Amino acid sequence: MSRLHVVSGKGGTGKTTVAAALALALAAEGKRTLLVEVEGRQGIAQLFETETLPYEERKIAVAPGGGGEVFALAIDAERALLDYLQMFYKLGSAGRALKKLGAIDFATTIAPGLRDVLLTGKACEAVRRKDRLGNFVYDHVVMDAPPTGRITRFLNVNDEVAGLARIGPIHNQAQAVMRVLKSPETAVHMVTLLEEMPVQETVDGIAELRAAKLPVGSVVINMVRPEMLDPAAVDIAANGRRAAVARALSDALAQTGFAGADRAGLVEELVDPLVAQAREHTERVALERLGRTEISGLGLPTYELELLGDGVDLAGLYRMARELRKQGVAR
Amino acid sequence: MSVTTGDAARAEVNGAGAAGAWANGLDAASVLDIDPVLDNPRTRIVVCCGSGGVGKTTTAAALGVRAAERGRKVVVLTIDPARRLAQSMGIDELDNVPRPVTGIDTSAGGELHAMMLDMKRTFDEIVETHADKERARAILENPFYQSLSAGFAGTQEYMAMEKLGQLRARDEWDLIVVDTPPSRSALDFLDAPSRLGSFLDGKFIKVLMTPAKIGGRAGMKFLGVGMSMMSGPLNKLMGAQLLRDVQTFVSAMDTMFGGFRTRADATYRLLQAPGTAFLVVAAPERDALREAAYFVERLAAERMPLAGLVLNRVHGSGAARLSAERALAAAQALADGPGIPRTPDSSENLDGVGIVDRDSGQTGSRTADDPGTRTPSNTSSPGSGSPQPAPSGDPAPSAPSMDSTARLTAGLLRLHAERMRVLARERRTRDRFTSLHPEVPVAEVAALPGDVHDLAGLRAIGERLAVQTARHDATPAEATADGKGTENP
Ligand SMILES: Nc1ncnc2c1ncn2[C@@H]1O[C@H](COP(=O)(O)OP(=O)(O)OP(=O)(O)O)[C@@H](O)[C@H]1O
Ligand SMILES: Nc1ncnc2c1ncn2[C@@H]1O[C@H](COP(=O)(O)OP(=O)(O)O)[C@@H](O)[C@H]1O
Ligand SMILES: [Mg+2]
Ligand SMILES: [Mg+2]
Repeated sequence: MSRLHVVSGKGGTGKTTVAAALALALAAEGKRTLLVEVEGRQGIAQLFETETLPYEERKIAVAPGGGGEVFALAIDAERALLDYLQMFYKLGSAGRALKKLGAIDFATTIAPGLRDVLLTGKACEAVRRKDRLGNFVYDHVVMDAPPTGRITRFLNVNDEVAGLARIGPIHNQAQAVMRVLKSPETAVHMVTLLEEMPVQETVDGIAELRAAKLPVGSVVINMVRPEMLDPAAVDIAANGRRAAVARALSDALAQTGFAGADRAGLVEELVDPLVAQAREHTERVALERLGRTEISGLGLPTYELELLGDGVDLAGLYRMARELRKQGVAR
Repeated sequence: MSVTTGDAARAEVNGAGAAGAWANGLDAASVLDIDPVLDNPRTRIVVCCGSGGVGKTTTAAALGVRAAERGRKVVVLTIDPARRLAQSMGIDELDNVPRPVTGIDTSAGGELHAMMLDMKRTFDEIVETHADKERARAILENPFYQSLSAGFAGTQEYMAMEKLGQLRARDEWDLIVVDTPPSRSALDFLDAPSRLGSFLDGKFIKVLMTPAKIGGRAGMKFLGVGMSMMSGPLNKLMGAQLLRDVQTFVSAMDTMFGGFRTRADATYRLLQAPGTAFLVVAAPERDALREAAYFVERLAAERMPLAGLVLNRVHGSGAARLSAERALAAAQALADGPGIPRTPDSSENLDGVGIVDRDSGQTGSRTADDPGTRTPSNTSSPGSGSPQPAPSGDPAPSAPSMDSTARLTAGLLRLHAERMRVLARERRTRDRFTSLHPEVPVAEVAALPGDVHDLAGLRAIGERLAVQTARHDATPAEATADGKGTENP
């Protein structure tokens, strides 16, 4: 099973949330996972209701059921570059001078590929890190990655820096990172909603990843809403059964104390709007079904997470993690 | 005769309380009337901004269609439109120039052009128009230019500004509607150009520039003072070739930097002009409205003219007088069955007509054959407080005693309860915004069940945006007041 899980998807579909839930799910049963973010947005800290994450791996949660642990790290390209310089060139003060001059900012800005190599490089380092006994420090590393539109370029660091650095340590670093990212050790997961645009982006994004020979993992359909009524039932409510529905409605409302003398009139006014809402519901369900068909056409494992009506708090996050486990994400 | 249960009564009171706050919010916020903005010949630019996925592109396109059909000569600059929307407007080919949109009603004398921004091409064009041939070629071929033009965070924003400036300069249209890039923060649109500017103004660039400035063409051959100081570590890290590329790039761009900043400043002033109207688009969700509030504050600080907030994808209900709590209680009464007088057609069997009963935990029939796409079994929305049947024992409340009409009706009621919860949540988030910014006019646009990807859909959105009466008909505020009148005589 893969150990580096890269979570992408259209903006706002729940990448950060799903990445966190996945990290929790993979940490169950005594495992240790590292959840990393790369866009400097402190999304993980917000989600776990903790203070701003430093550039340092720290424990932020225990897995559902106890035992396992989730660590978190906000990777910062500038810091990663300084670390890197320090590690390979012992550039203590020269490194700081470069930073002061704005060289590092310059380098990571003008060449986004360079920035990406540093970010993915750090994640790969965590994936391969071993303790003194030769065991992996983290069983899994989960990355809250850039959105679909940028993910292939982000991961395809080798191509991105090839034109910039044809030789030298950056070039070598890019190649080493690339080897991990293209290996079965990595899996890129796509988060989507069952709406037209996110589904389209998912399909296009997966095609791009495949073309770049990057390993695609699974699709996570997020914010799924339950199907409550189907079109045939709604048709019946609107036509043949309309009067009977009105009567049942009137009786039920009477039992629960709704309206008095005026009930008949009120109920009459309610039936059509209720049926109209049911129609919108079935229309939406039909569109969602089309989306599901497209996604299943991708031939990938698929997980579904329901829409949490009041947003995602910590309890909701654990629930999502349990759900992912139940659906076999850790298998 | 009617006995209101304690719970339901309390829920009703709570509901009314929330609705009261809402009513205040409504009073405080004025309604955005978009047609006068579109019709006013002094309005020359409309900018649609907001955080990602809220409907900026859709709103921009819908406003373009509406303004054109009301007689104005309009160009819409879209950025990253949904593919089908682009196809339906005939702008799915990226050639970076406006194309006439067919299918528009031109009887009022208007017309519509539309284009999709190609940021790299826009950047290339700037280079080509502002540098001589040889220099332009050197820039376009430089790997750093290629990286910057395709991927600098902010290039898209910058190029959108640039294109807006170009369209305005052509003076061929009397209204330009601009969409903004799909960045996570609406502020990026305003910040990115100056970020690029300050980057190009940065210390390090100056260091890199020094030799080229002193020695001109010949100076490019060796490294200047600043460079040689750094060249040791940098060379080690990047390799000498890379450093040379950076320097070539920087010196080749040198002549253009001033031009970039001048034009960015000019466009910024254009955005402050009275002929510009900003529309902040948001979905009735916490994050989106928080972003919208930041943006509104920022516009005020920059003295940029805000027309109002478009609250997109809002849910409504024609049955808002029936509260969620009461709908659920009634659905429960139907499920409990026995108390309900049998309706004449109750003998007819509707089982199998597929009322997907939520309480049974079966949310889909596709479960069995495809475990991979299984809808998670129902855990009930948190905080729903819905009176669920005891989970023990018989898992299916659709006991044989419950006839099919009752089940159907209960389904309608549950669906309605869900809708009312969505309404309440959207109302709360909206209230937070309006109490913070009561001065901002608001227009609501209903959520359509499907996506918007043709002219008819855009017209429908434009219509909903312009006609804001529905909001006063079906707001829960009035409905609850109504309900109170009838329920507690
Ligand atoms: N299953 C869910 N049910 C309800 N709300 C959800 C669910 N998943 C995510 N959300 C909410 O949707 C919003 C967006 O989620 P999140 O920040 O994880 O998305 P993202 O893809 O990381 O966004 P961005 O593209 O901005 O990084 C958040 O408010 C989050 O709480
Ligand atoms: N009122 C609405 N009802 C239904 N769907 C909508 C509505 N507004 C926008 N959409 C859909 O939402 C998606 C995102 O809209 P888009 O305009 O591309 O957002 P943005 O430009 O802000 O990223 C599109 O698929 C669009 O069709
Ligand atoms: Mg995120
Ligand atoms: Mg858009």
